Amino acid sequence: MTALSIKSLLDPRRLTAIAGPLTGLVVVVALFSILEPDVYLSVRNFRNVATQTVIVGLGAIGMTFVIVSGGIDLSVGAIIALSSVVAAALAKAGIDPAAAALCGIGTGAFCGLINGLVIAGLGVIPFVATLGMMGMARGFAKYLAEEQKIDAPAAWLAELMSKSADASLLGLPKGVWLMFLLAAFMGAVLRHTVLGAHTFAIGSNEATARLCGVKVGRAKVWIYVLCGAFAGLAGVLTFGRLTVGDPTTALGEELDIIAAVVIGGASLSGGEGRISGSILGAFLMAFLANGCNLTGVPNYVQEILIGAIIVAAVALDQVRHRRRLLTH
Amino acid sequence: MHGVRKAFGAVQALDGVDLELRAGEVHALIGENGAGKSTLMKVLSGAHPADAGGMELEGKPYRPTGPLDALRHGVAMIYQELNLATHLTVEENIWLGRELRQGGWLQRRRMRPAVEEALARLDHPDIRPHTRVSELGPGARQLVEVARALVSDARVLVMDEPTSSLSRRDTEGLFRVMRRLREQGVAIVYISHFLEEVEEIADRFTVLRDGRTVDRGEIGEVSLENIIESMVGRSLDEVFPQVEHAAGEVVLSVRELAGHGLPRQASLELSRGEIFGIAGLVGAGRTELLRLLAGLDPIRAGSVRLEAGCSMGLLAEDRKEEGLALDLSLGENLTLPRLRPLLRRGWLSHQRRRACTERWVKELAVRCDHPDQPAHALSGGNQQKIAIARLLHQQADVLLLDEPTRGVDVGSKVEIYRLLGQLAADGRALLVVSSYLPELLGICDRISVMHRGLLGAPRDVGEWSEQSLLHEATRGSGDSQALSA
Repeated sequence: MTALSIKSLLDPRRLTAIAGPLTGLVVVVALFSILEPDVYLSVRNFRNVATQTVIVGLGAIGMTFVIVSGGIDLSVGAIIALSSVVAAALAKAGIDPAAAALCGIGTGAFCGLINGLVIAGLGVIPFVATLGMMGMARGFAKYLAEEQKIDAPAAWLAELMSKSADASLLGLPKGVWLMFLLAAFMGAVLRHTVLGAHTFAIGSNEATARLCGVKVGRAKVWIYVLCGAFAGLAGVLTFGRLTVGDPTTALGEELDIIAAVVIGGASLSGGEGRISGSILGAFLMAFLANGCNLTGVPNYVQEILIGAIIVAAVALDQVRHRRRLLTH
Repeated sequence: MHGVRKAFGAVQALDGVDLELRAGEVHALIGENGAGKSTLMKVLSGAHPADAGGMELEGKPYRPTGPLDALRHGVAMIYQELNLATHLTVEENIWLGRELRQGGWLQRRRMRPAVEEALARLDHPDIRPHTRVSELGPGARQLVEVARALVSDARVLVMDEPTSSLSRRDTEGLFRVMRRLREQGVAIVYISHFLEEVEEIADRFTVLRDGRTVDRGEIGEVSLENIIESMVGRSLDEVFPQVEHAAGEVVLSVRELAGHGLPRQASLELSRGEIFGIAGLVGAGRTELLRLLAGLDPIRAGSVRLEAGCSMGLLAEDRKEEGLALDLSLGENLTLPRLRPLLRRGWLSHQRRRACTERWVKELAVRCDHPDQPAHALSGGNQQKIAIARLLHQQADVLLLDEPTRGVDVGSKVEIYRLLGQLAADGRALLVVSSYLPELLGICDRISVMHRGLLGAPRDVGEWSEQSLLHEATRGSGDSQALSA
């Protein structure tokens, strides 16, 4: 499998597929390197940006599966908050941090399971089902935390997101490596497993998938469980970073995550998308935000820029599609 | 039109086409898929500009800048796929995009007379200005498109495969309208794969091949065989190649099967090495029967018995909507029903997928550049071969084929017929639904007719003729009437 991955990494078609977000990322980095050469290109700053990307990046891994399948998950922000609260509450109760982390991830997976069952079993469209879950998860997080932050010892979970030198591995916090590792693994899952193949088939043409005997409902449940679990993991790391379980954290984060996936070249109508693209999209947004901060560009400019980039990414994609259709 | 040329990149889609239309005629434009018919009509209707050559309309040079401009000149196009907003009413569809307005407000009262006049010319009882298009059948929808052209006072009407999704009765209704329009002096360009229909409705014809006009003349002066020969560019000794096959033991037996809705009752026995045809009108319940058998829709009553260890596969009627995931590659489409052989330690192997795809591509002579090509890059005939290859990869013993040659050109049809014969010779059982009667008579061993959800008794193909099939399809057989009573 490793030989396969390395060979396919250099596949020209693969490179063109992520050319958009890659170019965007290079342009942003080049631009700010010129504007702020000393600080922006430093290792320390890269460590900052990478650490900021972890939460959105992890969420984007699961979201890529959902979007490739033609769905959407609006509940990930709320799930991040809920699982950070769950992990914090358990850690405060003196439970081993590893167990608390697993319970946080499990909470996310459980929310995803409910999403999947409602979507596949009851036929509620993903937008509505996950919109409902967004409210429920957020509300439940507030109930658990009694509308306050839960202060708890995060122990080695805090280390995962710590930028201090002795907590890092090869110059980067371990959480960043975890994100890269999981992204590579899930990228392979999306491209090289039955679940991945079915995800693409469902997103491209659900009727065809059904016709071919794909168990569409079951695949969808797995896809949303996966997305929930990754949101849960992102929540656990949020707890690690803040060392508090905050029910109001990650408000609107689902939109950043969806934006990362879309900038990364996934199509909201399904059937297209790559984990590598989504991670690049997450980095693009983080580099942009960081550059704006360093150069003292006000926050609202950032928001305008990111909005414009999302539209531009999708518009470029459309142009590419149209050209492809014309040549045939 | 004379000497019209059009190239897309390196592909010379039109290479010197001449076409002459007279007012008050139905002119058939014939050619295989990819011969350039649709491109030519897009040039005529202004969707594409011509690279060279010229067009004249009523003695004046004609160079449309776009479809709307063409419409202003009286040239209207009715596309193969229906372009109607089904949530809107007939009237709203007819005026869609050209609404009469004043300061942004619709002038419904001013639009109404033109709609009523156009509908009167069609003379179809179901189509009223306020009817929602979603309530209309495919035949009536087609006529709404015609009405849209009439409202803009079209004198040249281009119809691209208008009957491909129509039942025989709707087709006849459309032909009545076409004849009436012809009497009113409208020139109609009629593109169709159904040569029998061309013979029935058209006055003259032009044959395109490889972007060139290769033949033209008056219908009735030449035989259909001659037209087919000039379409294909070679003599078609046999449109229905016969591959020896013999029926073996029964693999599928269906007893009094009924779904929710259609079909109401169907019984049949299918043997290995047999091609069993099901004829009938569109909407008689043939597709629904196949979907029941494939397990896509719930069964209400009856039984289906499949020989142990056998599997069934369905080739869907509508390639675009259901049959293929057009954005995915050939390999991804082909291997989707059975990914297990591609697994290496739990991971999908792309080499194996490619090897497997290449094997089928070779075996079925699919014309493509590369197994990783997206399915939409292929022509209809080759897409259909991929869909059939998928059933073979699935190792289906019983193949349920719904309109296996729809939208496929004559040359590919012959290849598909030969392939189906070979599959039967290999011991597979084939259940074929088709609206094209010569095809059923040409390839099947036994045929049953479905009429209003009831499947009639099968008879050997030798005992059927087009007339008797049509008769039973429209009126039902004696025994099916007894059942319905």
